[in-house]
Amino acid sequence: MSTAPVRKIAVRGVEKSFGRKRVLDGVEIDCAAGESLVIIGGSGTGKSVLIKCILGLMRPDSGSIRIDGEETVGIGRAARARLMLKFGMLFQGSALFDSLSVWENVAFGLIQGRGMPRQQAREIALQKLAAVGLGPEVGSLSPAELSGGMQKRVALARAIAAEPEILFFDEPTTGLDPIMADVINRLIVDLVQGLGATTISITHDMVSARKIADRIAMLHKGRIVWQGPTAEIDRTDNPFVDQFVHGRAEGPIEMEVRAA
Amino acid sequence: MTDFLASVGAAFLGFLAAAGRLVLFAGQALAAGLTPPYYPRLILRQIVYVGYFSLPVVGLTALFTGMVLALQSYTGFARFNAEGAIATVVVLSVTRELGPVIAGLMVAGRVGAAMAAEIGTMRVTDQIDALTTLSTDPLRYLVLPRLLAGLVTLPVLVLVADIIGVFGGFLVGTYKLNFNPVTYLTQTEQYLETIDVVSGLVKAAVFGFLVALMGCYHGYHSRGGAEGVGQATTYAVVSASILILLFNYFLTQAFFAQ
Repeated sequence: MSTAPVRKIAVRGVEKSFGRKRVLDGVEIDCAAGESLVIIGGSGTGKSVLIKCILGLMRPDSGSIRIDGEETVGIGRAARARLMLKFGMLFQGSALFDSLSVWENVAFGLIQGRGMPRQQAREIALQKLAAVGLGPEVGSLSPAELSGGMQKRVALARAIAAEPEILFFDEPTTGLDPIMADVINRLIVDLVQGLGATTISITHDMVSARKIADRIAMLHKGRIVWQGPTAEIDRTDNPFVDQFVHGRAEGPIEMEVRAA
Repeated sequence: MTDFLASVGAAFLGFLAAAGRLVLFAGQALAAGLTPPYYPRLILRQIVYVGYFSLPVVGLTALFTGMVLALQSYTGFARFNAEGAIATVVVLSVTRELGPVIAGLMVAGRVGAAMAAEIGTMRVTDQIDALTTLSTDPLRYLVLPRLLAGLVTLPVLVLVADIIGVFGGFLVGTYKLNFNPVTYLTQTEQYLETIDVVSGLVKAAVFGFLVALMGCYHGYHSRGGAEGVGQATTYAVVSASILILLFNYFLTQAFFAQ
């Protein structure tokens, strides 16, 4: 056994354009097995597009994305479906299925994706709900009856229900009050440690980034402009990171008026 | 001049591209149905939704269509002493043309719009991406059941609409125009052939598929929040209505033109 960290995800030279707008411009980043990587950056810098490319929801124009050493760009539908079994994703707006009850949402990947019997899946769903601090009585509610913070917890339970190897969190704390944000951050840290999963999160919330990251990378104009261990973020003299972390209007980062 | 030709060419190419995307979308959804997992429950739910809940709307419009047909043909035919042809006109118009077209248009407004709005909302709230990340193919899970439901349900709806439409004509014929009920029914049956009803049912299957396809396609490709979903709904209804009338002509030609 090698002691060097295994490269779980390797992104090389990934480019993606929408029309004339170049959103990703040669992204290079690695993520080791069991590592928690947080990608920070302003709105419209291509964070969501990058995560969607890695997940396979979007196809990059060029470049390579390897997961467990296997190339994933341009693979067929069946191979993609097999790959998806490794992934879990927490969406920014939770993206719960509003036609299903809470427990059915959590159990969805188990029942539909993996063909588990409903009764067994329901038990696992209730366990996962308990893991995010929700009692079994919540299971039969509809997602619309829950507050934003509760929905986020349900979405988190859904993302981890199948115990995936790789988890993606898209702005996990956006739109939550600071206390609920902290609850979610802690849940993420605890659950990820419990699973031993590799995670990539994107956020512009520095409090959250500091709490959940082993390593932080900064995306700006479609490129990684800085990366390093979480503790380094306050010591670096990188002007982009400095401006972003301290939230200054003046600096090398100019806010785009138009969205991507 | 070249500018003009270029814009005509661009519009034509755009049309071909859109048609290609649509065929590809339908093809992928149908191909997904060839391999498991299957979702019989979802198909059944859509059939109930498309069929059963559309009955009142379709029945009501069919009734009034049959009634107005009888009334209108009477005012015309009376001038030529051809009142005896009214029952035949009503039954042929309803089964061949108006039954499928009216039911298709009503279902486009009721069901196509709802499909576009539901799938469109799922798209803009990331629920479709969420399906993919939970190892569920959205085409198989969302689109295919709706396409199949449209395909199999509309013929049944149209059969009911045919009966109600003919009944509407019968009501006006016997109560208002003082036809003998027995004579009216005999005349209804006299010139009706199997192909008249069957062609209407085939049309219905095509229309049902088109309505569901337009609803799913526009919903699936909607973007940009509430406005985008609203637009998708409009496109779904308008494009389905146009396609219904277009295909109606060509199907009639295929069935009856010599």
